[in-house]
Amino acid sequence: MTRAPHRDWRYIGLVALGGAGGSAARHLVSGWSTAPLNLVSVTPGGAVPVLLLFPVGTFVVNLVGAFALGYLLEALSRRGRETVRRRKIRLGIGTGVLGGFTTYSALALETQHLLTQGAAGLALLYVVLTLVGGTTACLGGIAIAARADRHREQRSRP
Amino acid sequence: MIELLVVAAGGGVGAAARFMVDGEIRARHSGGFPWGTFVVNVVGSFLIGVLATLTFALVERGAPEDVASVLLLALTVGLCGGFTTFSTATMESVRLAQSGRLRLALANSLGTLAVTVTAAGLGMAVGGLFG
Repeated sequence: MTRAPHRDWRYIGLVALGGAGGSAARHLVSGWSTAPLNLVSVTPGGAVPVLLLFPVGTFVVNLVGAFALGYLLEALSRRGRETVRRRKIRLGIGTGVLGGFTTYSALALETQHLLTQGAAGLALLYVVLTLVGGTTACLGGIAIAARADRHREQRSRP
Repeated sequence: MIELLVVAAGGGVGAAARFMVDGEIRARHSGGFPWGTFVVNVVGSFLIGVLATLTFALVERGAPEDVASVLLLALTVGLCGGFTTFSTATMESVRLAQSGRLRLALANSLGTLAVTVTAAGLGMAVGGLFG
């Protein structure tokens, strides 16, 4: 009897490796996507406009990650049965890299922070844009993978 | 560079923990609602509230700011960020909707959001008690 993947240290190590890379990438991308806003906010002229509180970094990584996971899992499921190689890709890239790249804890903490700052409207805008945008991005990734797969099948026909 | 390394280390541990916890829950609740990801996201959101509040309390008590900021990066951005996941939660809702279980999909998306935001607030309150 083979061990379930989540109890197999080789797969756990793979997910950890992917998660380390994904988390580091999230930190970088999140910093880059916030940078233009930081430039605006340090310009002289008094109070920081409320829109600058919008957590752009987390928003961007979550949408990009949802798109990529939709693409990856759809592409893998269309290739048929899960081989060992495909399982490694699914767990390493999907569960590890993309799972680590996206985050729910920051989304929750930032929303809570906006609420305690009295910016309830912005908090609502943030969560609605994230949920609707994330779902749309995920569906987009799935649709593109499905299209690519149909093209691949057409090409492979004589 | 040290920033990136501590985020990666925390994120690696967090992602591995998510994989194991999700797998154990999944093995006990097959089909229907994706409890594994839900639990992971709620627990991680509670933890980030506690840890962020405690780290800020450390600074107020005179801990060096550079040490505190490395700690904050490792525990919140790294560990909690890697432990929780938005992409899988979204994918699971989409798959539920695609299989015709629209109500479960909505319950997953809205339920995860509502409970994680509440959990983060609770975590901040608990952190404040000890901070």
